[in-house]
This record gives sequence, C-alpha cells and structure tokens, in this order.
Amino acid sequence: MSALPLGQRLSNRGLDGLTLLVIPAALFLLATFVYPFLYGLVLSFEPKDGGGALANYVKFFSDPFLYDTIAKTLYLAVPVTLLNLVLAVPIALRVRLMRRQRLLTTILVVPITLGTVLVAEGMLNYLGPQGWFNRTLMLLGIVDSPVRLIHNYWGVFLSLLVTGFPFTFLLTLSYLSGVDPALERAAATLGAGAPSRFRHVLLPLLVPGLAITFCLSFVQAFSVFPSAVLLGAPAGPTRVISIAAYTAAFEEYDYSMASAIAMLMGLVELVIVGLVLAGRGLLYRGPTSGGKG
Amino acid sequence: MSIRPTPFRELRIDRLSRDFGALNALRDISLTIRQGEFIALLGPSGCGKSTTLNCIAGLLPATGGGIWLDDKRIDTLRPEQRGFGMVFQNYALFPHMTVRKNVGFGLMMRGVAKAEAARRVDEAIALVRLQGQETKLPGQLSGGQQQRVAIARAIVVEPPLVLMDEPLSNLDAKLRLEMRAEIRRIHTMLGATTIYVTHDQEEALSLADRIVVLKDGVIRQVGTPAELFAKPDHLDVAAFMGFRNLVPGRVVSVHGEQVLVDVDGVRLPATRRTALQPGDGAMLAIRPDDLVHEPGGATTLPATAVSSEFRGNDYTGFARMADGTELVFTAHEAVAPGMALQLAAQPSRTLAYPAA
Repeated sequence: MSALPLGQRLSNRGLDGLTLLVIPAALFLLATFVYPFLYGLVLSFEPKDGGGALANYVKFFSDPFLYDTIAKTLYLAVPVTLLNLVLAVPIALRVRLMRRQRLLTTILVVPITLGTVLVAEGMLNYLGPQGWFNRTLMLLGIVDSPVRLIHNYWGVFLSLLVTGFPFTFLLTLSYLSGVDPALERAAATLGAGAPSRFRHVLLPLLVPGLAITFCLSFVQAFSVFPSAVLLGAPAGPTRVISIAAYTAAFEEYDYSMASAIAMLMGLVELVIVGLVLAGRGLLYRGPTSGGKG
Repeated sequence: MSIRPTPFRELRIDRLSRDFGALNALRDISLTIRQGEFIALLGPSGCGKSTTLNCIAGLLPATGGGIWLDDKRIDTLRPEQRGFGMVFQNYALFPHMTVRKNVGFGLMMRGVAKAEAARRVDEAIALVRLQGQETKLPGQLSGGQQQRVAIARAIVVEPPLVLMDEPLSNLDAKLRLEMRAEIRRIHTMLGATTIYVTHDQEEALSLADRIVVLKDGVIRQVGTPAELFAKPDHLDVAAFMGFRNLVPGRVVSVHGEQVLVDVDGVRLPATRRTALQPGDGAMLAIRPDDLVHEPGGATTLPATAVSSEFRGNDYTGFARMADGTELVFTAHEAVAPGMALQLAAQPSRTLAYPAA
C-alpha cells in the first residue's frame, strides 16, 4: 500500500496540481477579509479610553442612542426584506413563463448597477415635496398637501425596496426555475387547481431557497447606509447601526468603538441568519425535480 | 379489486390540430378510442405524439378541432377538470412527499374522505407491489420503483383514461422489459383505457391493442400490432416498423397484389401495398430477419459482405450492393468481409411501395 508514489497518494485524496489554483483566492481572502476582521475584533477589545476589554460593549448597551440603532435597523431591514420576497414570488411565477425574460432581467439589474447613491438621489427628487409623485397626486386631487415620503422612515424603506428588489427577484426566479415544471403539470392532471399547486407543490419546494434569499437580502438591507443618510432622518427614526459606526469612526475618531459596533452588527446578522437557517433545517431540502431525467 | 376506472363509451378526437407559430405540430388528428383499449401512439421524435397526449391531458391547448368524452366536450376544460391520470417520462413524483402522500395526492385534491382515501391508496400501492415502501421519499427509490409510484398515483383516482408519456424511456433494458410486463398486467387487471406514447416499435407491438403511427403531425396508419407488423401502408411506416432494407428498383409487371420489380437487372417478385403501375419507380422494403444468403438461388440480390455481428442464435450481417445500397441480413454463421453474397427474401415478405 505504500508502493504508490506520494504525488498519486495526494491526488487520491483530492490534492493535485489543480488544487494549487486555490491559493491566490485564499491569499486574497486572507488579506482582505480574515485579517481585517480579526484586526477589528481585537481592536474592539482595546477601548480608546481604557476601562477593560469590554468597555466598548458596555458603553454601547448602556446608551439608548447607541443600542436603539439595532432595533431601528431591524425595523427597516426585516419588513423590507419580507415585502421584497412577497413581491418577488408572484412576479417570478409569471416571469418564469415569459419568452423575453432576458430583457426584463436586464431592466431589473439596472438599479443594482446604478448603485444605492444614485437611486437615493433620484428618489429624493421624485418623491420630494416638489417631485413628480406629489405633484401628480395633488393634480389629481388625491391629496391637498404633499405627502412626506423623504427624510423619514418611508424614504429609506422605499429606497431599500427599490434597490433590494432586483436582487431578491433574481434569486427567487433562479430558485423557481429549478423546480421541475413537470411537477406542476402532474399536480394539475391529478386535479389540483392553481392555488393548490402553489400551496402543496411549489411552495414547499421553494421555501428552502426563499430562506437563503431572505438571508442574503436581509444582510444587504441591514447594512444600509447611503439611503438612510440621504433619504432618511439620520438623527432620528433612521439612525441605523451603520450610521452609529460611521459616527464613532469618523466624527469621534474612536476606531475601537466603531469596530465594536461593526462586530455587533455582524453578530445581529449572524443571529437572524442562524435562526432562518435553523428553521430551514426543519423543512424538506432534497432535489426539486420529480425523478430521473 | 375495488379501484375501477370511471366508465365511458368512447373518447373521440375530432380533427385535432396544434400550431406552434407557423409550425403545424399536429394536423387534423381524428381518432376514436373505446373503453378498455390500450392505444399506442408511435412515431419518431418530433412526430407529434407527445403533443397529442398533452392536448388530451389539457396541458397544451389545441388550436383546432375538439375532443369529446362521450357527449362532453373536454378540450375546453383545464387539466384539473378533466380527471385523467397521467404518467410522465421523468415520473414527476413530488420529491417532498412520501410514496403514500404522492399516491394520495389526487384523492386529497378530490376531497375523498380520509378512511376511503387510505383504503384506496393501500390498494393502489399493493397493485403496483410497493408494500413496505410507503414512508419513503421518491429520492430513496430506484427508477423502477419510482415508475410504480407514478402509475399508482395515476390509477388511484379511478380515471376514465390513463395517459402515459414514454414511461419506460428512462429505465435500463432489463427494467424496461420488467415494467412493460407490469404495465400489461395492471392494464389487464384494471381494464383502464390507456393511451401510451412511445418511439419504440417493440414496446408498442407488445403492449397495444391498436397502434397509431404518427409522422410530421399526421396519422399515417392505425391498426392492430399484427396488421402494422405485416402490412404497413406506407414506406415510412414500414421503415419505422423494422423494414430496415430499402432497395430502389422499377416495376416490370403487376398481377393483383403481386409485382415484379427490376433491381439492377434482377427481377424480384414482391407484394405491393399501394397502387403501382409497370414502369413506376419502386422501393422494396425487407426486414433483416427475412433476408438470407441463398447461394444458387434463382432471384437474389448480389452484394458484398461488409461485416457481421454475433446475436446469440445467429448473426446479423451487413452487406453493400454494387450501387452502394446497404443491406442488413441474417446469417447462420459469421460472414467474411468481401465475400460475394446472394441475398433473397420471400415474395410475401418483400413489400413494394412507390419510390419516395
């Protein structure tokens, strides 16, 4: 058994010349993610004003101005992500059957490529008191005075919805396309109408994918920063956790505190994602096609 | 046996058409199916057989004609309103449901009471011999077992019609034979009217009461397996039914069904299937099983041996005629490449068609 040369024994265990190609990516990840993350973690335990390793965390949780940011961010990110999912599923159901899918996907990808700042600027004009939206409403006599949609919760909410939707939608569409269409046809021949087909066949197969979509979309929405500043009320209802981190780092020059806030931000995301994935573990997670072929 | 198909007199397909844009996938398909029949729709891929089945199931709307179940027009109904059982090529079992739930799905959709549903599910599972597998997920079953679940799921709702779309094409050769016998057995036990789509002539011949041969969206011939096997109406049907040797020639004389066809100076007696006149170009169709090497025979096709394959009881030989026409024949022993052959077939088994 030791007759085999070392190279072959290694390649039998999946280690060969090809494996070396992983090294650049691994180094890159190490340099740009793992090291900064560990650096930040250590930094967060070295408070600027002393007072023990946990001083930053103690300070965060004793100041409502700081710890409220968690609730405020969750209050934005969770409803936006859920609403995006609720919108994405029926639209994906319809788009799946369309011929010109590519055109639509291109249109939907545009907001992603434009970036959140440009979208926020655009919405600032469009939804503002003198914007098209309010002018149209007033022209039609639906409202007497402009509806306030910017510099408050709803401004950020709408902006997150617009920038988050394409991502949520495209993920949902790809999960939906992965469900074998023959399953729905089979359900139809067995007497299931459209609502039953959705409830008994599509949804159970889709939920695991939707859970992943939720996690990814949620993480994106949770780290909202530009629209919370531009469209929201960054001192009030939309003082999200990333603003708190920014203030600590660049207004108070307390990198240690900023690191602690960033770590807490990651922790909250991890908890939510963990909860969703744990829930997903209770569900069916096998193949989504109906047999061989 | 208490699972019994919903009775009806006949299913009538009347000038059914289906266009995909400018393409006529189906043109004026008319066919009447009586209760209890096993019908095979046979044809090469793209001939319209699956399109026909999907139109009957309601999964694809027809663009012309109609389908009637007795006096009820059904082609305007949605698939869930038609109540036919369907077995799909890839089985289409619900991967997140156990065997029991898969089989019971149609009954649940119909609102059948729990006790009654459980009894029928048990019976269907017993019928396809899957006892003991009830709590497994489809992914834990073999291909043949999945196929059995698909069949049980289709018949448990007691449909007037069972539709099968190439159900055996995903199985290996041995399982295919086994499941073919199973389908035959279940059909005999239940008497469920079945429409079975296949591209495999052997499958159609062994299973069906009547075979419908389709090509390019039109019905070419309808008949019992014996009729189709011995007397294909058209050259393309013959080619599809295993007449692999197609030899071009010219008609010399016609006496009733008997014709004499000149092939490169050799006058071969043959049987005509359609109108032929002396002087017409003709195509002779012969099965490899009927073509044998006959040294010194009176009317034989001269050819040169190319190769041979061992088949068990005999050999399949390959030969080429002087004009390049390739022939497949049966030999009792291996033939040496380059050997001069004289190939002959019975006149009654040499069919003559107008040259295409």
